[in-house]
Amino acid sequence: MSFLEYQVKTVPTGIRKLFYLNWGLVLVLIAVASMGFLMLYSIAGGSMEPWAEPQIKRFAVGLLVMLVIAFIPIWFIRNMAGVAYGLSMLLLLAVEFFGQVGKGAQRWLEVGPIVIQPSELMKVALVMMLAAYYDWLDPKKVSRPLWVLLPVLLIVSPTVLVLMQPNLGTSLMLLMGGAAVMFAAGVSFWYFAVVIGLGVGAVAGVFMTRGTPWQFLHDYQYTRIDTFLDPTSDPLGAGYNIIQAQIALGSGGWSGKGFMQGTQSRLNFLPEKHTDFIFTTLAEEFGFVGAFSLLLLYGLIIFFCFAAALQNKDRFSQLLLIGIGCTFFFYLAVNLSMVMGMAPVVGVPLPFLSYGGSATLVLMLAFGAVQSAIVHRPR
Amino acid sequence: MRRTQKDTEASAKKVSRRALILGGAQLAFVAVLGARMRYMQVEKAGEYQLLAEENRINIRLIPPARGLILDRNGKLIAGNEQNYRVVITREEAGDVDLVLTRLSEVIPLTPDDIDKTKKEIERRSSFVPIVVADWLRWQDLSAVAVNTPALPGVNPEVGLSRHYPRFGDMAHVVGYVGPVSDADLAALEDPDPLLQIPKFQIGKIGVEKWMEQDLRGKAGTTQIEVNSVGRVMRELDRQEGEAGSDIRLTIDADVQNYVQARLDGESAAVVVMDVQTGDLLAMASAPSFDPNLFVRGISHADYTLLMENDHRPLANKSVQGAYPPGSTFKIVTGLAALEAGSITPNSSVYCPGYLEFGGRKFHCWKHGGHGQVDLTKSLKESCDVYYYEVAQKAGIDAIAAMGRKLGLGQRHDLPMSAIAEGVMPDKEWKQARHKEDWRIGDTINASIGQGYVLATPLQLAVMTARVASGKAVSPRLVLAIGDAEQPIPEAPPLDISPQSLDAVRKGMFAVVNAPGGTAGASRITYETMLMAGKTGTSQVRNISASERAAGVIKNDQLPWKRRDHALFVAYAPADNPKIAVSVIVEHGGGGSMVAAPIARDVILRVLTGELPPLDAYPAGQRNKIEEQQKNLKLRPADDDTVVSTRA
Repeated sequence: MSFLEYQVKTVPTGIRKLFYLNWGLVLVLIAVASMGFLMLYSIAGGSMEPWAEPQIKRFAVGLLVMLVIAFIPIWFIRNMAGVAYGLSMLLLLAVEFFGQVGKGAQRWLEVGPIVIQPSELMKVALVMMLAAYYDWLDPKKVSRPLWVLLPVLLIVSPTVLVLMQPNLGTSLMLLMGGAAVMFAAGVSFWYFAVVIGLGVGAVAGVFMTRGTPWQFLHDYQYTRIDTFLDPTSDPLGAGYNIIQAQIALGSGGWSGKGFMQGTQSRLNFLPEKHTDFIFTTLAEEFGFVGAFSLLLLYGLIIFFCFAAALQNKDRFSQLLLIGIGCTFFFYLAVNLSMVMGMAPVVGVPLPFLSYGGSATLVLMLAFGAVQSAIVHRPR
Repeated sequence: MRRTQKDTEASAKKVSRRALILGGAQLAFVAVLGARMRYMQVEKAGEYQLLAEENRINIRLIPPARGLILDRNGKLIAGNEQNYRVVITREEAGDVDLVLTRLSEVIPLTPDDIDKTKKEIERRSSFVPIVVADWLRWQDLSAVAVNTPALPGVNPEVGLSRHYPRFGDMAHVVGYVGPVSDADLAALEDPDPLLQIPKFQIGKIGVEKWMEQDLRGKAGTTQIEVNSVGRVMRELDRQEGEAGSDIRLTIDADVQNYVQARLDGESAAVVVMDVQTGDLLAMASAPSFDPNLFVRGISHADYTLLMENDHRPLANKSVQGAYPPGSTFKIVTGLAALEAGSITPNSSVYCPGYLEFGGRKFHCWKHGGHGQVDLTKSLKESCDVYYYEVAQKAGIDAIAAMGRKLGLGQRHDLPMSAIAEGVMPDKEWKQARHKEDWRIGDTINASIGQGYVLATPLQLAVMTARVASGKAVSPRLVLAIGDAEQPIPEAPPLDISPQSLDAVRKGMFAVVNAPGGTAGASRITYETMLMAGKTGTSQVRNISASERAAGVIKNDQLPWKRRDHALFVAYAPADNPKIAVSVIVEHGGGGSMVAAPIARDVILRVLTGELPPLDAYPAGQRNKIEEQQKNLKLRPADDDTVVSTRA
């Protein structure tokens, strides 16, 4: 029995819930998604096909999904966390055995006309599961090793499955999203310090032994890591994408080349321009003004999540809001760092801009939960 | 599990604290992202913009239209022809095999063409158009155009290519163009970027080669936007090039055509020159070849045929061929002796039929000898002994100096390939060349244009023009480049006394017009067009004493290769010289029999401006001439319309 149950009478009910929705968040989401539609339209050479139209339809469905979920009481969502997590794990296992292979990775599961990307679902399910776990757990026990091990297992098992697909970007998202929830729940700093320390140590060990007889990896593996970390060292191979992306971005200048005037994107110099690299087209055509506006809108979305978390005293709602806000942040942070040449290229889409049904729907699902937490805040 | 209000408040506070830490960290990172954006898009924007431009803009060259080559009257000698071709683009074609099969039903394609195309297609990117067939007829091109729906990816195209509408007439003078070769590129220090264009045509020999800079023009450029695989998206900017300058030659295409036709079947050369201006009205070399063969890339079979022909069609005999000038050289020897004071026009020499010198007999062509011979008779009857004698008196150095004064032994600068210098030997030359002293016997041989003396038909024409005009005229081939008329170079007076020149001219007049002249049969009956000239027959073999004893073998009975060269130099009209002509017929036999009639026909053709009228010939020859004219393979007159095929 949590705090929420005592205060359940102060929670809005029925159609009145509409008034308690965070409409500002809805508007910002629509604004960001619209920028995505514009870019997809531009990249297709001024055509709704093949990307803009499906994306708009999916987003419309997503909005509906978000509103429906917003009306579901947050405690019901909490109670379903275990089910959602378990189902996602099953799907992840299924994708391992029956998944569709695309670009060398198993990521899709086709059920009739529906294409499911379980790793996307898992991002939300994991945050829900962890939030529910810490809601259940006595806050005094969060830092005890046994009670730390359990959420770690909850995070690591789907992460390993996704990594095996192989999908480095998403597994990274899962890891960071989960860690963020654990951190927010109050797990001792020391755990994080030790894990980060060990990670840095391992990487340092791998690199410092390079060239010595005790080196951990083969020479070609080191070379591969080199190009991964510094793509400019291989301008026509692995580095081609990132170099072209940076040219597109930088050449946008202050106000951009104008809508549909992006030479880099229109002339196919950009790879994955409708998915992971869509930001470069935006930056090229609308310049710093456009790119920075998008960053501000993203900031606003995260701000709404955190503000709601601070207002709420319900532990599950708080952790869910923070978890989703952080996951959302990690998405855009990794994607933008990547296209701006600050981080290696890992396949992480830009939320609401990159073309993709699963990602958009799952995001709207998550924001449905966010709205639910906002609506069902005891007042 | 139940929790107290206090616990809830406490844990919520802790979550809030942690949330603020996370939020703060995120804000900081967003600030970093914003800063990075600003750095790339504001501070480094210029650099990236430059890179983006380089990425997408490709500069391509537009080949300029090559300058035309025209004759002195503006008739087209070398033009640009539209080359119809068909190209195929793989990505548009889809099933290349199927499309090519269908195409072969529309236009004639050999299996070889199809194989080559397929190979080329495999090598190139899918969007590059590959030439399937070129030099198609208009009908074929239309056939392709009509069948477009069934032939995806197949496009008819029009390019420009050199064309020589007069075929062999001008081949030696004008030369031909061909695709740039690696050797051509290597020979240039600062190659024009145009030459990098595959199959770009440049002049290979002749005027086409030597006037390349004028003819080529300047390349235009087009800036093309390309995508990452090089596909052309659109044209951004276009700078038209400059077409090459048209070049007007001094050649009269109709005269040239007549001369080539007249030389049909012979291995011969004729040069016709204006004695006042030095304009070369005709420079013929027979047999000729079709330069168009070379433009399209000559086949191995055709090339072998040209190379193996013993009449050497590829050689430009008018400037490349250096021949012993034979008796035509007597003009030089005579003038040298007159100028040296060794003889007067009236002093005479006795010719017994030979000259004995140093235990060796130098024979006159006339077995019994000419008896008493003066200058006029020596030229008219071409007495050799007369020149043996006077040459010894004048000495070889005086003769060589005279030869050079008249244009022998030197390279006349014309925009043509492999111009021979000939040989005007003197003592110094022999010492340098053969490391031997000059002997009197050498002088005796040289006096009649044998031995070391070698001259080209061009040089002989210059010599004749100089004698006729009394001025040191130089040959010229280019009348105008573009709109710029080329100035006629001032011809300085020859440093030869008029009396000497007159004496020689009188002799040359007698050769044709006096009874007993060696070229008497080739006289012209029109009083205003009388011709003066000198015959020559140059030996290409030594006549041995035994052969001479047994009677010299007649040329007719010798194999072609060992027969004498027939030469004739002439100018006309004799009283007011306008043109000089030199004729050489390789292994033609006697100059009087073979070369002089050609010179007469050519002179009549130039002076009358039409096919020589029969009444210009002596009455007894008219039937034969009529027959000969009927057999001339002249270009029909209606071909003469000037068509500028500049596209």
